[in-house]
Amino acid sequence: MATRYMDAVLVEKRMSSRVRKNTGFKGLFFASTLFGLIVLAVLLVRIFTQGIEYINIDFLMNHLSTDASRAGIMGAILGTAWLMVVVIPVTMIIGVGTAIYLELYAKKGKLQSFIATNISNLAGVPSIVYGLLGLTLFVRTLEFGNVILAGGLTLALLVLPIVIVAAQEALRAVPGQLSEASYGMGATKWQTVRRIILPAALPGILTGAILALSRAIGETAPLTVLGIPALLIPFPSGVFDTFTALPMQVYYWTIDSSLVAEYANLAAATIIVLLILLFLLNSIAILIRNKFQQRY
Amino acid sequence: MSTVMEKQINLKLVRNPNERYEPEVPKEVVYDTKGLNLWYGETHALKNINMDIKEKEVTAIIGPSGCGKSTYLKTLNRMVELVPIVKTSGQITYKGKNILDKSFRVEDLRTQVGMVFQKANPFPKSIYENIAYGPKIHGIKNKKVLDEIVENSLRGAFIWDELKDRLGDNAYGLSGGQQQRLCIARCLAVEPNVILMDEPTSALDPKSTLRIEELVQELKKDYAIVIVTHNMQQAARISDKTAFFLNGEIIEYDKTDHIFNNPTDQRTGDYISGRFG
Amino acid sequence: MAANNKNRMSVSKMIEQQKQKRKFFNQLERFIPTLLLIIASISVLTTVGIIYTLFAESVAFFRNVPILDFLTGTVLKPLSQNPEFGLLPLLNGTIISTVIAMLVAGPIGMMSAIYLSEYAPDHVRRVLKPLLEILAGVPTIVYGFFAFTFVTPLLRMIFPSIEATNILSPGIIMGVMIIPMIASLSEDAMSSVPNSMREGALALGSTKLETTFKVVIPAALSGIIASFVLGISRAIGETMIVAIASGSSKNFSFDITGSMQTMTAYIVEVAGGEAAAGTTIYYSLYAVALTLFVFTLMMNLLAKYISRKFREEY
Ligand SMILES: Nc1ncnc2c1ncn2[C@@H]1O[C@H](COP(=O)(O)OP(=O)(O)OP(=O)(O)O)[C@@H](O)[C@H]1O
Ligand SMILES: [Mg+2]
Repeated sequence: MATRYMDAVLVEKRMSSRVRKNTGFKGLFFASTLFGLIVLAVLLVRIFTQGIEYINIDFLMNHLSTDASRAGIMGAILGTAWLMVVVIPVTMIIGVGTAIYLELYAKKGKLQSFIATNISNLAGVPSIVYGLLGLTLFVRTLEFGNVILAGGLTLALLVLPIVIVAAQEALRAVPGQLSEASYGMGATKWQTVRRIILPAALPGILTGAILALSRAIGETAPLTVLGIPALLIPFPSGVFDTFTALPMQVYYWTIDSSLVAEYANLAAATIIVLLILLFLLNSIAILIRNKFQQRY
Repeated sequence: MSTVMEKQINLKLVRNPNERYEPEVPKEVVYDTKGLNLWYGETHALKNINMDIKEKEVTAIIGPSGCGKSTYLKTLNRMVELVPIVKTSGQITYKGKNILDKSFRVEDLRTQVGMVFQKANPFPKSIYENIAYGPKIHGIKNKKVLDEIVENSLRGAFIWDELKDRLGDNAYGLSGGQQQRLCIARCLAVEPNVILMDEPTSALDPKSTLRIEELVQELKKDYAIVIVTHNMQQAARISDKTAFFLNGEIIEYDKTDHIFNNPTDQRTGDYISGRFG
Repeated sequence: MAANNKNRMSVSKMIEQQKQKRKFFNQLERFIPTLLLIIASISVLTTVGIIYTLFAESVAFFRNVPILDFLTGTVLKPLSQNPEFGLLPLLNGTIISTVIAMLVAGPIGMMSAIYLSEYAPDHVRRVLKPLLEILAGVPTIVYGFFAFTFVTPLLRMIFPSIEATNILSPGIIMGVMIIPMIASLSEDAMSSVPNSMREGALALGSTKLETTFKVVIPAALSGIIASFVLGISRAIGETMIVAIASGSSKNFSFDITGSMQTMTAYIVEVAGGEAAAGTTIYYSLYAVALTLFVFTLMMNLLAKYISRKFREEY
């Protein structure tokens, strides 16, 4: 090792600029991370300052109206609530059922991996395409019309992959000893699933279901395709009623704000209601997750 | 540099004209550790370590698991700082400067101090790129120079003949022993003064182990080598000095002969003869 | 002892009785796997449903409009007396909005990933990561509103000639929406590069920056590329932001300060206008949606292929 290729003096000289470069880029990387957060902050501040003064009891309780000062979003709130009445049971039953099948009953093989691949591909399909499926299948072919049931089922199919994947993960996380203990006592498979595995997996399943629900609540694109009326309809009182929903209300008020400027403020106020709803749902999900995290 | 060296050697020879066994060549102290303490959060992992490490010597560190061997080794090139909760006190002088000083640039230190890890960790690149990585980041761009460095480093790690025809292959295709020697070559390519080795042979079969041991003997002609090992025979075979660590303290640090044949502290003897650890 | 024995007898007897009672349920239990299989097949049926509807209605469309005219046509005039159904204006709008979005989300998402994975101290990461994920949880309608009522007027201060509906503003905001996706997937890829590799590079005297760019990123490249492809797929399928803020101009133009329509926004416009079933314009919805579906599916499969095929084995 006689020959020396590295000139110690030169190496040390270069080091200063290399170290400086590192420090500079670190700042750039940090600033980039903040960029997204700053946009988020600006967005929230802007929407709250624009819409907060429009939120009052009348706004929450009134019917829609073309007169901005009298317009209310009760119809949209009820519509969103009714959608959830459809989405929750449908996604829970199908989502958890599918997850149980894939994790606990299906033999590892072609069929199981086909279904799993199918689900992961479904998760990547744009939501507007689900809207067209809903339009063709529920609104037209099954002749529901553009009612809550059609909207709810469309949204349910859309968020189904989220629930399935979350439920699968929750089921997988249940320790094997639990079910072995149950089998050891002579319990049948279904007894074990129903009494041991499902209760243990429930927090995880619920967390996933709530996150899916908050996705469904904010979805707009599929509803626009179903042909949800923009105006003046009676409050819905069942799944076969026509409806509007919070995000639809935001949509119509936003695009009409070029005609009536005040509509933009109403849209902002509606967004606040929507965001508060999402915030509450996510808080519940986080609470559940934290409460049950260190169970085993 | 070399002339100073020769002068020192001459001086020494003159001073001890009657030296019968191999003449004591005065060796420069590379690392001088004084009163080093290190904490991982609340865990006091190194306690008042005092130890000097000299060039052209192999210094072995032995001791039971968890006694702080790796921690000390990683403090010598400040890799230990990658654990954020680490706190240190005391000083380690490397070539006259305290490396624990926050103003000391770790990159400079690590350029001059190479490290070989317990598990070979080549980059997922070609064999050539693995070796050329160090010189490249330090500013060598000339292809011909790089070619020479790659060849010399691989020769230095005694692996050139095995690999010369497959320099473009991914390093992950090599056997564990070859990977470890590749990592040694990678470390030689930046021409360090010191090489730190943390159980470099613990994951290798006896044959590969032997090759690395031979390599260490060869390398010590040019470098200071600090090697952590759990293998007592290995420490005895290849090292000039041995430090015995226990619970974060140095129990004994002396010539390897002395430590193995005539330890001062009973705990050293117990450990070497296998009564604990 | 005797009492104990007796006790045990009675317990096992009770179990026996209970078993008799349960016999009926046990019979039922045999159907549970079948029932679950039926439920699980609903997701498959959804896929079948999507593909079938898109194809069936598209076939009707292509009976009226030759497929080649559709794919290569530069004129889109669905409502005119002599309607023309060229896809290219929509494709153009989709590609341009996607490019704008990726120009924002690519570098910023990537740099955020680098910061979070390589530089951020633990406690900072623990705060920043969830905050960044909020960005992904905001409904897209909210972004649409923000782009239309805030970003466009803001851009107008810089480029006074920008139109009230334009592709630039929703493109940028779409990028912001995609940042967390790229950041978090790329961060996952980079975090899974073993630490020993970073240590190897740092021990040679590399700075963190060199370690990141010369060792960590090359080792995580497949995951990073996959995250970009997924981001592109997301941008192609994004609807509400462009539907609101980019208007409905069907001109084949490259002027990003003007209105452009994407495939998704076209579907919203035409379906929202309640096109009568059976008309060519109604069927055109499905042809456009089919194109959209094929594009996003290809992107998603590509992402999967990349991350599987080129996964580094450390
Ligand atoms: N990253 C860390 N965080 C907290 N404590 C640590 C960390 N690394 C090591 N320690 C603690 O420091 C002490 C010394 O560890 P070290 O790895 O230096 O031991 P060692 O002598 O190298 O052991 P081995 O022979 O098993 O490699 C141990 O008690 C260990 O638990
Ligand atoms: Mg160790």
